[in-house]
Amino acid sequence: MLEHYLSLATKSIFVENMALAFFLGMCSFLACSKKVETALGLGLAVIFVLTVTTPLNQLLNDNVLAPGSLAWAGLPNVDLSFLTFLTLIGTIAASVQIVEMILDRYVPQLYNALGVFLPLIAVNCAILGASLFMVERDYTLGEATVFGLGSGIGWALAIVALAAIRERLKYSNVPEPLRGLGVAFILVGLMSLGFMAFSGIQL
Amino acid sequence: MKFLRDLHDRVAPLFEEGGKLEKLYPLWEAHDTAMFTPGEVTKTASHVRDGIDLKRMMITVVVALVPCILFAIYNTGYQAQYAIDHGAVPLDDWRMWLYQLLGLGFDATNPFYCIIHGALYYLPILIAVFAVGALVEVGGAIIRGHEVNEGFLVTGMLLPLTLPPTIPLWQVGLGMAFGLIFAKEVFGGTGMNFLNPALTARIFLFFAYPAYMSGDAAWIAADFQAVDGFSGATWLAQAAVTPGALDHASWSKAFYGWIPGSMGETSALCCLLGLAVLLITRVAAWQTIVGLVCGTVALANLLNWAGSASNPMFAVPFYWHMVLGGWAFGAVFMATDPVSSAFTTIGKFWYGLGIGALAVLIRVVNPAYPEGMMLAILFMNMFAPLIDHFVVQGNINRRLARDAA
Repeated sequence: MLEHYLSLATKSIFVENMALAFFLGMCSFLACSKKVETALGLGLAVIFVLTVTTPLNQLLNDNVLAPGSLAWAGLPNVDLSFLTFLTLIGTIAASVQIVEMILDRYVPQLYNALGVFLPLIAVNCAILGASLFMVERDYTLGEATVFGLGSGIGWALAIVALAAIRERLKYSNVPEPLRGLGVAFILVGLMSLGFMAFSGIQL
Repeated sequence: MKFLRDLHDRVAPLFEEGGKLEKLYPLWEAHDTAMFTPGEVTKTASHVRDGIDLKRMMITVVVALVPCILFAIYNTGYQAQYAIDHGAVPLDDWRMWLYQLLGLGFDATNPFYCIIHGALYYLPILIAVFAVGALVEVGGAIIRGHEVNEGFLVTGMLLPLTLPPTIPLWQVGLGMAFGLIFAKEVFGGTGMNFLNPALTARIFLFFAYPAYMSGDAAWIAADFQAVDGFSGATWLAQAAVTPGALDHASWSKAFYGWIPGSMGETSALCCLLGLAVLLITRVAAWQTIVGLVCGTVALANLLNWAGSASNPMFAVPFYWHMVLGGWAFGAVFMATDPVSSAFTTIGKFWYGLGIGALAVLIRVVNPAYPEGMMLAILFMNMFAPLIDHFVVQGNINRRLARDAA
């Protein structure tokens, strides 16, 4: 059992990295990766939101949304799966709101540094992506927790590494038209080339 | 000498600002500083009195590569001749047409045959790399207004050594162009990149044209399809599929490098000679090498101890990992690249440790790629700036704590 969770974690961190294998959550990935500190803050927030929302959505999906899951309430023929997207997003938005309030209260510097990208975590595709993968792959509650945590760590690792590279690139002489986002796109491409080292690992 | 100097000085006004050939200044400058020590000195702090500059440093790497290059030519020919001795037929291409035009025969014990045969495969690749490399480098220098420097000379020397002898020349050119443009020029040229350009070129080719860069047929420049019981696969690939493949194999043969593989990577001995040159001249950092060895030994032993019933790679001991595939070549010439490795001293150790461990890990647990060295180095290139960040941050925090006390 432990082995299964370990391989699921490795898979979600490295092999199927949300940012560099699926290219999910690109907007904040590119926008908040100019400084390592900010990137680390956003990375931690994403880890937290993913670890909370994926198992929460798993519970909702298993007990309310999936076809036949309302059998416990005496309604075995009800299929609420048309509400899946709406419910998943609702859970995510609520959790992001909580993170936002906590950061605003206790770490105001980070709250200000992240700016609009903190509320935007609610529509970060990496987060909704993790929940949808969870639904598609029929994860159990335990698997969903490990998968959410792993996906978050993988995304955080990628954004922190990208931020460190972009900090070093301050000393580079990037051609004028490529400065900023242009070269960031090239960087992300090269990084995902590096992450292909793990593609093909069977777990 | 005087004549040469005068010649350079006489044409100088043509290339300087306002001159007729102003746009071609990088070419003149490159030629001038390759022939003579530049007369410029640093005008602001800090002053370092040293004869070494970027050009001399890059040339040192080229010198360190010489044993590997010579061995690459010999072994490429030897492997092909050996296969032909055992029933394979020569490849049907222009090189073999030229070879037979010269009236040479096939005999693996004849060094002359081996060298000519190997050179016919190595040199065209080298020429293709430099033709494309020079075009990109000079083009970049003229457009961006930086100097042509020997960085591309090292990249151009490294890349052919990491390629199989049978690779089509257009792929070689494409790979070199990709490596130079996307791993170097977009960041402003030599010293400003974060990935090793030769390595990026190789990995680009590996993922773009896997049929030419892996498998069994790529490593020997002869056609052995019809020969029974003859495998052209690298020893690493054999070890990954056959349990105990290395039990009866000769370690010293792999150490000296008489095995199929990418042209320049097979000989650990030649890489060691190169390492000696790089360490004595302090072009390479010993911390990286120490980290690499520690990482490989630790992880290989851990995997040996863990064991696996279905995967024979788990049982491969560390001293085999170090002589097979690109371990030695990558460790000496790619991982120690001062630009793409970590900058801080402690960071270099961690960087090396990561490569050493990761290379073994990819070889053992990833069935898709029997070779993991280049992927491990590229991966750690990506994380080197992060390692530096944490080392520097750690130093700042320690000093803050000390001063506060």
